Amino acid sequence: MSVLVLVEHESGVPRDASLSTVTAATKLGEVHALIAGSGAEAKQAADATAKIAGVAKVLLADNAGYAHMLAENVAPLVAGLAGGYDAVLFSATSVGKNVAPRVAAMLDVMQISDVLSIESADTFTRPIYAGNAIATVKSSDAKKVLTVRGTAFAKAAATGGSASVESVSGAGDAGLSSFVGAETSKSERPELTSAKVVVSGGRALGSSEDFHRVIDPLADKLGAAVGASRAAVDAGYAPNDYQVGQTGKIVAPELYVAIGISGAIQHLAGMKDSKTIVAINKDEDAPIFQVADLGLVGDLFQVVPELTAKL
Amino acid sequence: MKILVPVKRVIDYNVKPRVKMDGTGVDLTNVKMSMNPFDEIAVEEAIRLREKGAASEIVVVSVGPQKAQDTLRTALAMGADRAILILSEQEVEPLGVAKLLKAVMDEEQPGIVLLGKQAIDDDSNQTGQMLAALSGRPQGTFASKVEVKGDKVEVTREVDGGLETVSLTLPAIVTTDLRLNEPRYASLPNIMKAKTKPMATKSPADYGVDIAPRLTILKVEEPAKRQAGVKLGSVDELVAKIKDLGVVA
Repeated sequence: MSVLVLVEHESGVPRDASLSTVTAATKLGEVHALIAGSGAEAKQAADATAKIAGVAKVLLADNAGYAHMLAENVAPLVAGLAGGYDAVLFSATSVGKNVAPRVAAMLDVMQISDVLSIESADTFTRPIYAGNAIATVKSSDAKKVLTVRGTAFAKAAATGGSASVESVSGAGDAGLSSFVGAETSKSERPELTSAKVVVSGGRALGSSEDFHRVIDPLADKLGAAVGASRAAVDAGYAPNDYQVGQTGKIVAPELYVAIGISGAIQHLAGMKDSKTIVAINKDEDAPIFQVADLGLVGDLFQVVPELTAKL
Repeated sequence: MKILVPVKRVIDYNVKPRVKMDGTGVDLTNVKMSMNPFDEIAVEEAIRLREKGAASEIVVVSVGPQKAQDTLRTALAMGADRAILILSEQEVEPLGVAKLLKAVMDEEQPGIVLLGKQAIDDDSNQTGQMLAALSGRPQGTFASKVEVKGDKVEVTREVDGGLETVSLTLPAIVTTDLRLNEPRYASLPNIMKAKTKPMATKSPADYGVDIAPRLTILKVEEPAKRQAGVKLGSVDELVAKIKDLGVVA
């Protein structure tokens, strides 16, 4: 069995989520990685991907039309290559979630989203109802199209492999869409979905200023990524890419610190697989305490600065 | 320009889903059902585009059981003009729904199809993208801002790194994210008025679409439960416990 993985990359480096997807793919068969991109960065990413343990071959599609991973351009490329594979895997990232269903529909395949485990070549588990239930599903499609939850699979080693890099070509710009611009949060902190420690703030922070004044120093002390509940993002205390939850990012760090977060099921869906959960909340009946390993009832504006100082 | 808004009837956002004892699914008997929250945002956005003069007619469509007409009535009460119910008592997978919506698109010729990025029951996040593929049109997924500019629509998308803006040639498919807008409540007069708005009932066979499922659900289980841990008495205790974890330098 052979498997095609769309490997996402940034600044010439394969993304962590893609390393996890490679691990998932190795459970199904021989792994070929597709790098779609433009110019020197794509070439660099292809060379780096060739070193990932478990990757047997790298396909490099270098075209200006793939620079921004527009689904209209990338999906026909992937669908065109899919003929030679039994399965096509994507990461459940904003890129994967955007492109994969477009590829699946082009192939007339019913995609399986957010795969948590691979039971066999045609049977997978995935979360439904905000992770309140886990479904085991069997696909009758000849070809499988999956998106893979990064936190459910270990990252493949970034070195140790020595795959060949082969150029492939696609149609490039489909002429349906164009990239206008991006506002990306620049941060020196680790990436949220792969950080070892995550410090998240909720609505109780009360304002954007207080969110940063209270949360950031603790995150700095712990070398943590910063997350937020939906309530905090909706209120404008934190940007959208901080959101942890059912429809935001899924995280499973070694340590998750929830500050002023009550623990709505949609939030728990995004973090309950964390190894150790610490909750700080002034409401002792907050649902977050039902999943927290370590809880502290108190006023976050006193407790968190004290914690930051003493760590 | 016409806007087509597909909506889904799902378990209410505030209800905690319970897995059936026999492991066949989630128990929905006597559970409150509502419009999928992301679809509600899509209906609201369509109404706002009409209020701005960018759209003339809003057609809502749902694939689901007879009771999905309640969901369509809700959309009509919010301000949609007419509704189409594609009746199916069996669950239709996203690929099947996308094929049905493609057939509706062919008939209605909308300028924009606006729908939720995912339904909160199966959490698939596929239908909009699949519809875009089947219709050969561009897609603006996870939208937090939608602006019609001539024969194009500019969509600001919520992506992993922040926000990204793309320009799509109409007709286009747009899927909504949480922060696109806050949906209005239907007023009582509008709820009354919605009862007289037109609603057509169709079947998948009317569109010649095969909705046979491709996936079999072998079982549905509760996830492993976390045990509540300990509540600590002081910050000092918490500091000691965190240091014990060994994740902090």
